[in-house]
Amino acid sequence: MRFRGSGPIGISIFFGYLVPPTILFIPLATIIFQLKIWDSLWSLVLIYPTFLIPFCTWLLMGYFKSIPKEMEECAMIDGASRLRVFWQIVVPLALPGILSAGIFAFTLSWNEYLYALTFISTTTLKTAPVGLITELVRGDVYHWGPLMTGALLASVPVALVYSFFVEHYVAGMTGALKE
Amino acid sequence: MAKVVMEKLNKHFGEVKAVRDFDLEIPDKEFVVLVGPSGCGKTTTLRMVAGLEDITSGNIYIDDKIVNQLPPKDRDIAMVFQNYALYPHMTVYQNMAFGLTLRKFPKAEIKQRVKEAAEILNIGELLERKPKALSGGQRQRVAVGRAIVRKPKVFLFDEPLSNLDAKLRVQMRVELKKLHDRLQTTIIYVTHDQVEAMTMGDCIVVMKDGLKQQVGAPLELYFRPANKFVAGFIGSPAMNFMEGELLSEQGGLFLQTMGFKLKIPADKAAKLKSYPEKRVIFGIRPEDLPEAPASIPNETIEVMVEVLEPLGSEVYLDVKVGETSLIARAEPTTKAKPHFKLYLQPVLENVRFFSIRDERALL
Repeated sequence: MRFRGSGPIGISIFFGYLVPPTILFIPLATIIFQLKIWDSLWSLVLIYPTFLIPFCTWLLMGYFKSIPKEMEECAMIDGASRLRVFWQIVVPLALPGILSAGIFAFTLSWNEYLYALTFISTTTLKTAPVGLITELVRGDVYHWGPLMTGALLASVPVALVYSFFVEHYVAGMTGALKE
Repeated sequence: MAKVVMEKLNKHFGEVKAVRDFDLEIPDKEFVVLVGPSGCGKTTTLRMVAGLEDITSGNIYIDDKIVNQLPPKDRDIAMVFQNYALYPHMTVYQNMAFGLTLRKFPKAEIKQRVKEAAEILNIGELLERKPKALSGGQRQRVAVGRAIVRKPKVFLFDEPLSNLDAKLRVQMRVELKKLHDRLQTTIIYVTHDQVEAMTMGDCIVVMKDGLKQQVGAPLELYFRPANKFVAGFIGSPAMNFMEGELLSEQGGLFLQTMGFKLKIPADKAAKLKSYPEKRVIFGIRPEDLPEAPASIPNETIEVMVEVLEPLGSEVYLDVKVGETSLIARAEPTTKAKPHFKLYLQPVLENVRFFSIRDERALL
């Protein structure tokens, strides 16, 4: 967090994140075809981190920065190695942030539309948002019943995750640690 | 218990020279206070001793062993930080035991040591609480407790009292001093508060711009400051400084400035004779400016009272001589009133003279 050049790297991650996926999916498609994983869930496994990692890095930088460096220094004087300081002091303190990042990442990939639409064409492999639109809308005929059922079912996992972590999540949103 | 020696210590942050050629020898069991205005390099010096900051050049010895390259955990030191740096996700007990656990002490001994430290600091009933549920003073105690359980060779304190309110600070000052008496360990204490430095230290190191200004016992610094900076920094309210001219006239040496002339006592005059220049800076402490009932030629100065600051046991008078403001200490019974004239009779035996060129003390 305080290494040389951490500022520029943070900013470049941020700008990288700003590049719209509509531009990125063309080169990404080339790569996916070359790897011969088109129309397989592995394509999404590979592609989602390209926007999730910068996003989570950006989100977590703020949390890690909010941990006073004296706390790490104190632990080092107390006899902890850098790795131990990270696991026993920094990670527990950044836990709300890490959970927030995890939930965000989950929601983002769950709801992602464009890449899923581009790289998956087999019906059984389609993700919920893509499947709903492509399978249940035939031309201008809307199958309202199944569409609504599908939308409801698709939102259930997200709702569950949110309600499960809501306490940490809210704590994470309002600042990791005050003291 | 250990002797700490710093030898030609330098620390540069890019172009900024935070600490310059710093030499200091701290005897075993001594309570040393590093004091100076913010940015003077005192905290950097402390952090170098702790191993949290790399040394640009020079050596640090703890117990005659060079520790320059040693990581903080192997230096056998403990540090108390300004913001306490308690681990918020651990209870007080876990906070205090953390260092011992890492050093693989047996459980029973950890328990014993934490209990002992908690008793010394009166925090026995707080051991199961989290830092969030503690007051500022209690957190401070826990931070000290976390340091003392390890029984280190050297304690480092980095402005530990500056986050406490005034009353608590005075109380903790006494307690830390008692603690030092009890533990008999070398302590290096950093503060910007000269009152803290004066009341706690066996030895005070005054720093400015990364340079050591003077090292000495509290009262030595007060009565025999090495330069104008130390004279102005130690003591509250600060020493009054004025520029004046030395005049050799019939009957001795006189100090002439802004419309008044004072006769310098013979013994001081003899020592000042060798000073080649005529202009000097002189300093008078507020307590050396008592009121005089009437004007006495060559002994009193006439001032205009501007503000009265009654403290109870004493009253500080903000007065003006010409364009210069002075602070004088008066008895609570003083009749002085704002906007009235007053005569002050400087105690010339206690006046300090400083060179106008390098601000060094002349006597």
